[in-house]
Amino acid sequence: MRKNKIFSRKTLAVPYAVFLILFVVIPLFLIVAYAFTDENGMLTLSNFSTFFSGGHNINTLMFSIFIGMLNTAICLLLGYPAAFFLAKKGMGFGKATVLLFVMPMWINFVLRTAATRDLLFWMGISGGEHPYLATMIGMVYNYLPFVILPLYTTMTKMDISLIEASYDLGANKVQTFFKTILPMTMPGVVSASTMVFMPTMSSYVISDVMGERKISLIGNSIQLYFDQGLWHIGSLVALIMLVIIAFGSLCTDSAPEEEVRGGLW
Amino acid sequence: MKEKVIIELKNVSKHFGQTYAVEDFSLRVKKGEFVTFLGPSGCGKTTTLRMIAGFELPTGGEILLNGEDIAQLPPYERPVNTVFQKYALFPHMDVYDNIAFGLKLKKIEDGGKMRHLTKEEIDKKVKNALKIVDLEDYDYRDISTLSGGQQQRIAIARAIVNEPEILLLDEPLGALDLKMRKDMQLELKAMHKKLGITFIYVTHDQEEALTLSDTVVVMKDGMIQQVGSPEDIYNEPNNAFVANFIGESNIYSGTYKGDMKVRFINHTFDCVDEFPKNEKVDIVIRPEDVHIKENEEGMAKGKIVSKIFKGIHYEYILMVGRNELVVVDTRSFDVGKTYMFDIEPDGIHIMKKELTANIYNDAYIDKQNRVVISETPFPCDITALVQGSSLDDEGYVVGPDGTKYDFTDADVVATIGLDAIEILDDDESGIVRGEIVSIIYKGDHYQLTIRTPEDEDFVLDTEYTYDENDLVGLNVKPEDIKLKLKGEAKQYAKK
Repeated sequence: MRKNKIFSRKTLAVPYAVFLILFVVIPLFLIVAYAFTDENGMLTLSNFSTFFSGGHNINTLMFSIFIGMLNTAICLLLGYPAAFFLAKKGMGFGKATVLLFVMPMWINFVLRTAATRDLLFWMGISGGEHPYLATMIGMVYNYLPFVILPLYTTMTKMDISLIEASYDLGANKVQTFFKTILPMTMPGVVSASTMVFMPTMSSYVISDVMGERKISLIGNSIQLYFDQGLWHIGSLVALIMLVIIAFGSLCTDSAPEEEVRGGLW
Repeated sequence: MKEKVIIELKNVSKHFGQTYAVEDFSLRVKKGEFVTFLGPSGCGKTTTLRMIAGFELPTGGEILLNGEDIAQLPPYERPVNTVFQKYALFPHMDVYDNIAFGLKLKKIEDGGKMRHLTKEEIDKKVKNALKIVDLEDYDYRDISTLSGGQQQRIAIARAIVNEPEILLLDEPLGALDLKMRKDMQLELKAMHKKLGITFIYVTHDQEEALTLSDTVVVMKDGMIQQVGSPEDIYNEPNNAFVANFIGESNIYSGTYKGDMKVRFINHTFDCVDEFPKNEKVDIVIRPEDVHIKENEEGMAKGKIVSKIFKGIHYEYILMVGRNELVVVDTRSFDVGKTYMFDIEPDGIHIMKKELTANIYNDAYIDKQNRVVISETPFPCDITALVQGSSLDDEGYVVGPDGTKYDFTDADVVATIGLDAIEILDDDESGIVRGEIVSIIYKGDHYQLTIRTPEDEDFVLDTEYTYDENDLVGLNVKPEDIKLKLKGEAKQYAKK
């Protein structure tokens, strides 16, 4: 059989490869290049010293990591039981109910955040008076679906006979949860954590809108530098964040993600 | 000496909504016995096992373990362990931790105080369990690196290491290939002997049940059909279902002629059972109980129409008049020739005929004078309810004395003969449709059981072949539905 040269696998990949090079690879190189150069295009490490000498920047970085972890923890605490009950068969929760949890994700993120701010203001939790609380509520609200989905998928795929086996071998409900259910849903937990922690750290719209600019995360710093035309130092901060995220991905790489994703989508 | 009963099920029932999975199940199991629940899928055998394990709670009855009712206890408080069908090994633990799972949770009494087992005690027990299942040195292997057979052994080790009073096995060999299954059967039997634990085993494989068990419990539709030793079940089946399910057999309808004589396939044979004279009976003949005569005279004759070599013997099909008779013999006979044959009197098993007609006790009459069976209205001859009556223009039954009757919503017993139901290949064209749930061959015809979506059964005789799970339509002529009114006709009289 003659091979169709035009639609071979390789040629089919060309459009995306072009896109990838234009919008991912080249910008990445630009960021690295900018981070290590000054305004005159000379190679320098001065951006590093500028960033690390200001205690303010380190504080922002640490604070961002803290907010990321806090948001991940809260989302997991709320999302795990929710996903558990959604996944439980015979409870009358179908995919429709899961959809209800996920539906806010269909509304544009900026609009959604603005609406949340107005709703909280109406409830008396204004960003001006309670910037931290309002920001956290905004964060949890935005990222909760990202926790519920992977957890729900792992839990629906969990073999019910494993839980029965645990009971059968003498483990009561609490022991079964910690010895069987939790370890078996760990891939979902890891996947959910990556999907919350990293975007939370780098987000700036939520903290801007909800905290009425009283809260500064590392994402806000980058935006601020770029707005002021400080491309080199801004690129450096972006690079630092990239390294942190890459490190985080490496740590969670062992989780079999293909088992976790999918499901509802 | 009376042997000790370890577990007794007393009238145990389980229903899910309207449907009964297990109905009125009573059984005593002796300590150290190997009991097998045998039946086709959906017969309630697994549900019964799960009620003993504690995964399902019975909706009625008692489960007495050593005399104590455990029916409502959660599984983790019962001294029984289960080997699951698909092994259910914990994927996040290695072999050792899987087996040690139950031991680490266990508390034992030591000098009046409860304490956990020590590491050394656990280690010793795990090693011993691995030795029993012949997988020493596998302790730190990952579950995913084991073959199906090895996983099965680990699942058994994980259960027996807890020294349960009863070991429950839910089709444990179902996922293994034939050769491996045969080997494991022998090993299980040896293990049962060695450990002395009571085994309750669930399978749909009759050969497996006969090979392994001390006692076989044959189940169908949530009810026990027969309890007995493998020999009893095979040689003295209680009814046509058991005979058909266990081993190869010829099943015929016949009549008991009295004086130890029974007539079927147009011949009269001597038998060893006694029944009321002229009673309709079912007859089971195992293929090996028929003896083909080479030259001498026999009781009857038949023509060989098929011969299949089966390794140690031949399987023949003889046509005796219009009936087929399956015979096995080690000798070679010629296809197409007619031979005389004998059937030993004690090889003829006579059973009370299960069903001579379909009887529906909760039928009723609807507004259009039809009888409703299984939520389906059947046209019927309603005038049969009152002798000598006729129908008037408005649809009321008018008696010979001029009394009008309105039988709307009247409760009746409807009876339909087995030969009165017409079966249609097109499931849409009959009055009612259903799925064929059982087929029993009776020599010259098949007896089919058709179950409607409303869970009502219609049993009929047909000469045509169908397959199980076929969807078919059913038709009944109005005059073939016999009606009997519950209560008096006069309470339906119109004033």
